[in-house]
Amino acid sequence: MGSATHVSVVFQEESSLMLTLSHIDKHFGGLHVLQDVSLTVPDGSIFGLIGPNGAGKTTVFNLITGLLRANAGAIEFNGRNLGDVPPHRITELGIARTFQNIRIFKEMTLLENVIIGMHDHLDYGLPGALFFLPGFRRIERRARERALELLSWVKLDGKAGLLADNLSYGDQRKLELARALATNPKLLLLDEPVAGMNPAEKTELMAEILNIKARGYTIFMIEHDMRFVMGLCERISVLNFGRVIAEGTAQEIRSNPDVIEAYLGREEAA
Amino acid sequence: MFEQQLLNALSLGSVYALFALGFTLIFGVLGVINLSHGAVFMLGSYIALTLVTRFELSLGVATVLAMAGAGLAGLLIDFLVLRPLRARNAPHLMPMIATIGITIILTNVVQGISGAEILRFPQGIVPEESFDFSLPWQGADSEPLHVTALQLLIVLISFALMGLLLATMRRTQLGRALRAIAESPKAAYLLGINVEGLFLLTSFVAAALGGVAGVLIGLSFNAITPFMGQSVLHKGIAVIILGGMGDIRGAMIGGLFLGLAEVMSVAYLSSDFRDAVSFGLLFLILLIRPAGLFGSVLERKA
Amino acid sequence: MEFLDSFWASSFWSTYSTLVFSIGVNALLALSIYLTLSCGLLSLANAAFMGIGAYSAALLTMNLDAPFYVALAGGTVAPVLVALIIGLPTLRLSGVYLAMATLGFGEVVRVVVLNLDITGGPMGLNGIPQKTEGWHIAMLLLLTLYILARLRRSKIGRAFEAIKEDEVAAQLMGVHITSYKLLAFTLGAAIAGLAGALNAHFTFFLSPREYGFENAVDILTMAVLGGTSNLIGPVIGSFILTLLPELLRFLGGFRLAVNGTILVLVVLFLPKGIWDPQRMCRLFSRKRAA
Repeated sequence: MGSATHVSVVFQEESSLMLTLSHIDKHFGGLHVLQDVSLTVPDGSIFGLIGPNGAGKTTVFNLITGLLRANAGAIEFNGRNLGDVPPHRITELGIARTFQNIRIFKEMTLLENVIIGMHDHLDYGLPGALFFLPGFRRIERRARERALELLSWVKLDGKAGLLADNLSYGDQRKLELARALATNPKLLLLDEPVAGMNPAEKTELMAEILNIKARGYTIFMIEHDMRFVMGLCERISVLNFGRVIAEGTAQEIRSNPDVIEAYLGREEAA
Repeated sequence: MFEQQLLNALSLGSVYALFALGFTLIFGVLGVINLSHGAVFMLGSYIALTLVTRFELSLGVATVLAMAGAGLAGLLIDFLVLRPLRARNAPHLMPMIATIGITIILTNVVQGISGAEILRFPQGIVPEESFDFSLPWQGADSEPLHVTALQLLIVLISFALMGLLLATMRRTQLGRALRAIAESPKAAYLLGINVEGLFLLTSFVAAALGGVAGVLIGLSFNAITPFMGQSVLHKGIAVIILGGMGDIRGAMIGGLFLGLAEVMSVAYLSSDFRDAVSFGLLFLILLIRPAGLFGSVLERKA
Repeated sequence: MEFLDSFWASSFWSTYSTLVFSIGVNALLALSIYLTLSCGLLSLANAAFMGIGAYSAALLTMNLDAPFYVALAGGTVAPVLVALIIGLPTLRLSGVYLAMATLGFGEVVRVVVLNLDITGGPMGLNGIPQKTEGWHIAMLLLLTLYILARLRRSKIGRAFEAIKEDEVAAQLMGVHITSYKLLAFTLGAAIAGLAGALNAHFTFFLSPREYGFENAVDILTMAVLGGTSNLIGPVIGSFILTLLPELLRFLGGFRLAVNGTILVLVVLFLPKGIWDPQRMCRLFSRKRAA
């Protein structure tokens, strides 16, 4: 897997680190969910977080997006500490996320779901909406166009007017991805993007994610499907019982005895 | 006299605690704010009254039957209304709206049958004795503490029931199962716990507690109306927010605290505002510490 | 024009004008609670807001000789101030807290109004100038419908819908949920207050008993019955539930239980209410296929 040439539009003075977790600790009462977790997601890369169920992977995402606060350690994004950022300001900073158990808005159409992602960027207020001001009309029109474009990236543009509730499971996941892209992020957090998809859909999504990365986005994903992870991720971190037990390239992880034992050991105990 | 007010507060507060306990149980285990809890409170009172006046049962038997009757009502409410809503994963406002509807139905049916006048328990149904205690730290010429048999009864029954509930929750297998469900119904189900059955049981027990609270308040104030459930519901809400939603200790301590606040405000301020005290308290807590004394996050896992 | 003149003067109108006025006022009230429901909030305070609006407007007219429009404006603004006071602490928490806080609010308002001299105490206010005309109500209803319709088709309406469905996901889309909830709640209060102000200058008499819990449930029932997925539903619901009590007089004391029964039945069997475009589309397409 060669590395794509990545052209930075903005000259970054700092190193190309994008997201850094340093010695993160998270516990609920006596239950330690994460212990001394550190990892780095480089700018423009595809980074994977894997590990057996319950290892604490989604908690990492919850900490990054401000839904939870770490008990110790720091999370930095492009040099900015995320410790005190509330969830509704996370998109402002350029982080978007999909969810393990899909949280699309079922009573809205696909188009509306994607447009909601642009909420922060729609620059009009109550008067604009009430009086059909030109600014309002222009912004709404552009939002629709952009939403259709994003839906076409995941091949859902044909269903733009349907209610999201009517979609198949795999399509709902793709909708969540389009909606996340609508927030105009620099970093995409994907929580099990292919769970429940059939092999054909997975292959399709793999290609779509490579396209997205080629457009300059950074992707940080949690996934269980090993073929998917190994095929896409440049670097991978492995979490087990809340601790990082290995980090490296797909090749290194695949042959790491600790990793193998973590997965096999769980199977034996079950 | 201050100690007298404390005693009154204890008596009132323990009933509030009992009521709030049922309310918080339903929230903790079923995850639902059951706004018909006030109605089952009122039902308990009316059932006991009817049994005593029409069927001439003793107060003790009437109370137990009233508990069972109220419990049954709570069970039916869960089975007929809350369960279908659970089955289709209705948004959380739906059970609230439905239970409001149930309250209206029950209140107006009772009003239609029994009229809106204030009813009273017959004279002599409760032992009329009272005791006068001289507190050791009082001077010779200050008034002794006046304790009525009714107050004693109320405090004993309330604390006995609360103690029973607490012991069950902490020490028995049943209690552990209920706590597991409160944590996460799905996980409890996977552990083999009969979640639906325990939901029904909880509804029954919670409503029974509400019903007996109704009897005790009906005796205590000697006033029974179809609308008595309304104001006590507001108070129950204030109590569980004060104590922390879903927390049993919180409901008990919160109830006692509200009793204290009400009694003190009536004694030293004005009785007009008694019912507004709970609202004021509610507001204060939401401003300062919304999780309540013992509360934690409002959301729970599926 | 002659026909219309004789129409207005006819006994039909004088008998039923009250009813028509009531439908209009109730439609505004149903819309006020629809607005909060569309953001996932249950407010049981809207009847109390109506009362605050009614009393404010009436006092402006009676004590300060204010022109009608000023009174209406006052009746609209006063509940907004109160809504901000209640809303700010409760709305930063889950919407469930708002429901519980507003449950008892009507009682507090009633207690306050009962004990103030300026509001006439338990006797209420009498002799409010009758200034409301049918066209006032019609115009303001249409204006409200217009504003709410525009809101729905803007980022504000989408934000409401997102909050209603999934607050966490909405936050992570950049929606500041507390601000939007506050907007829905206060705007709902304003509409309810306006309805109260209009009503006060039509019925010329106010009593504190009209704005309590039962009335809040009435309003809720209208919205829930008609359907809260769009704007027409609440209007239909208010139409039905304003007329229904007249038709159900024979039930006597049990008449009020009808509201409760409607709430339970609608929630269980018709959760989107009567006016549900989606369901109607499905019924239509099934009929055509058959």
